[in-house]
Amino acid sequence: MMKDFSTTAPPLEVHDLTVAYDRRPVLYGIDLTVPAGSLTGIIGPNGAGKSTLLKAVLGLLPLSAGWVKIFGGPLAQNARRTGYVPQRESVDWDFPVNVMDVVLMGRYGHLPPGRRPGRADREIARACLDQVQMLPLARRQIGNLSGGQRQRVFLARALAQESDLYFMDEPFAGVDAATEAAIVDLLREMKARGKTVVVVHHDLSTARDYFDRLVLLNVRLVAAGPTAEVFTPELLQKTYGGRLTILSDVVQSLGEEP
Amino acid sequence: MVQPWTEDFMVSFWIVVMGFLVVATCGLVGTYLLLRRMALVGDAISHSILFGLVVAFMIFRSGGTMVMFVAAVATGLLTVGIIEFIHRQSRVKTDAAICIAFTTLFAAGVVLLSVAEVKGPVHLDAECVLYGEIAFVPLDPAVEVLGLVLGPTPVVRMAGVLVALLVLATVFYKELLVTSFDPALAKSLGIRVGIWHYGLMAVLSIVIVSVFEAVGAILAVAMLVVPPMFAAQLSDRLPVRFALVFLHAALSSVLGYQLSVWLNCSPAGAMVVVGALLFLLAWAVTRPRRAAFPAWTAPN
Repeated sequence: MMKDFSTTAPPLEVHDLTVAYDRRPVLYGIDLTVPAGSLTGIIGPNGAGKSTLLKAVLGLLPLSAGWVKIFGGPLAQNARRTGYVPQRESVDWDFPVNVMDVVLMGRYGHLPPGRRPGRADREIARACLDQVQMLPLARRQIGNLSGGQRQRVFLARALAQESDLYFMDEPFAGVDAATEAAIVDLLREMKARGKTVVVVHHDLSTARDYFDRLVLLNVRLVAAGPTAEVFTPELLQKTYGGRLTILSDVVQSLGEEP
Repeated sequence: MVQPWTEDFMVSFWIVVMGFLVVATCGLVGTYLLLRRMALVGDAISHSILFGLVVAFMIFRSGGTMVMFVAAVATGLLTVGIIEFIHRQSRVKTDAAICIAFTTLFAAGVVLLSVAEVKGPVHLDAECVLYGEIAFVPLDPAVEVLGLVLGPTPVVRMAGVLVALLVLATVFYKELLVTSFDPALAKSLGIRVGIWHYGLMAVLSIVIVSVFEAVGAILAVAMLVVPPMFAAQLSDRLPVRFALVFLHAALSSVLGYQLSVWLNCSPAGAMVVVGALLFLLAWAVTRPRRAAFPAWTAPN
């Protein structure tokens, strides 16, 4: 029954979503549908509400208006099918846990209260660490990791959740080139396995290569659709407004190679 | 020098046992407080608890364990509620909101204490409120179960709280871990972060009220913070830190009591002084190791 349900309902459906801090809207009237198996990038200027959109969808922030459906139902019903990769700075990396402990947290959603991860969970965690080339560091304290390694740990934890829909908040921010390439490979592999991934992304120059769908956001939804259709000078101008000077290179390159 | 051990062995024994239980219990719950950056909340509840105790004694005219626990949980949650209310309704930052909430409640407790005649079976004077009196613990009536004399009431109660805490911390290890480390992930996993937060606050309140008689409002804060900081110097693994908290409890209670005999001072105060010295020692011993470059900066 669950399977039939998932084939009909989109992984993520957002209607009229509005979020306000101190009565000032930071997201206004967002309507959005993310189709299954897509790799979607959310782009927009600073303060556009990109991270806020993820947090609102995940129920981490109160909504002022609108609703969110995950696989056609409320998030609480489908929490297990939803994975989350928060921004790296959102946690204390001096916390007394090692890499393995963090990845095992991805299994917690599958365990009833009071039950601890078992051997099977450890096997899964090990496989996920291997996928991001972090298995040799499994016993290392998380404070002794570089930025890129920390991001890989977070990704391994998300993989360990074995979800169908993933939300990632700026996974490419401040990582080394090798990690960036590894994340791109991972995203493509996840897509190939039928996962749906929604990524907040800040780097316009790579957005077109990394994602097959884009959401252009600036408090309001500017455009959402296949990258080829929405990554246009007009829509980018509309999203970034006066700050387009920063983007002139990108826009120029768009003009040169259609 | 070792006179108290040879002459009044039982008195010394119960003071040291109580000291160990107090430091271990406070250290255990304090470990989670520090991981959640909530040390100040421990400070707050340890003071505002006075208000709850006085009100409970005025209403029930008794100092039974259940009355104490209910009063403590109610006051603890009230304190946290007031802090969050002030923080949300005004532009007051959390640290200032904490200070407003607990000093007000503590002052109200002090006023009520002098206004109302809190007499009878309950011993609560101003000095005891601040520093406690662990030396009186062996004088409390003993608890007897099935003809077996277990020990003075506060000690038995403290042991019960510690055992309950150990069971809870073991059973709900993963929930406490993930809600402390990454509340956003916990919430997205469907774990009710708020319930664990208020649950921890309720447990903290029960711990504080149990140690209140022995060590008072101020020293309780030291015992919440010092043992976990000692453990944090020596290990970056949570289970090891818990074991180190117990080691710290054993050392500071025995050595602290010995110090109090030498100096003829308050045993609870001496235990905190020794505990702080242990922290300094741990910090000094491990400092060179931490001063080195983190592992990931080393060239391959």
